[in-house]
Amino acid sequence: MIEIIVGVIATFGALFVLLAAIGIVRMPDTYLRISVTTKAATLGVGLVLMSTTVYFSSADVTSQAFVIILFLFLTAPVSAHLIGRASYFIGVKLWDKSVMDELRGKYQKNTHILKSMVDDTPEDNVDHTKMNDK
Amino acid sequence: MTLFEYLHFIILPVLVVSAVLILWRFIKGPSIADKIVALDLLITTGIGVIAVYSVIYNQSTLMDTALILALIAFLSTVALSYYLEKRKRK
Repeated sequence: MIEIIVGVIATFGALFVLLAAIGIVRMPDTYLRISVTTKAATLGVGLVLMSTTVYFSSADVTSQAFVIILFLFLTAPVSAHLIGRASYFIGVKLWDKSVMDELRGKYQKNTHILKSMVDDTPEDNVDHTKMNDK
Repeated sequence: MTLFEYLHFIILPVLVVSAVLILWRFIKGPSIADKIVALDLLITTGIGVIAVYSVIYNQSTLMDTALILALIAFLSTVALSYYLEKRKRK
């Protein structure tokens, strides 16, 4: 019975990791790839670690697996925000079919200050439509 | 089919295929931010592979390595994005 539960949970975990891998290959944009990484892969690895917990069913492995899951759940949004912010500053282009860019004219390029009103000073701003894809 | 055969022949190949797909994005990735994201996801997949191996070989001490890998993944992503953001600032 325990083995069936372990197999089912590990299957779902591997499926979510595979979905994250397909997403990071197929998504058209850096920001969408960051979105895939921080959701699907965290859930998949968390499920695989849960299957490990069910298999060993001892206190030390359970606590260790929960520490890893808690750490992943805490750090995945932080690292996704940091890398998204850095890629916005270095001028990574949005997707062609993106509807709108909420941060246009609000993040200042040189001072790295987020303003609440649009400030289109040309030497302070990243123009994503004219920047080359690096 | 026992649990160990199932983990060996179904779960591990799925994880390896996903790791190969992420490695393709890591090599190809148009911008350097894509490469950092792919590296983070690759280490996260490695944590899953280590967890499956600890079930297969019945060694619960392999989970220590998974914890260290989670720490290193977060630290490397933070450091790389920090220096990536610092690089263009005058």
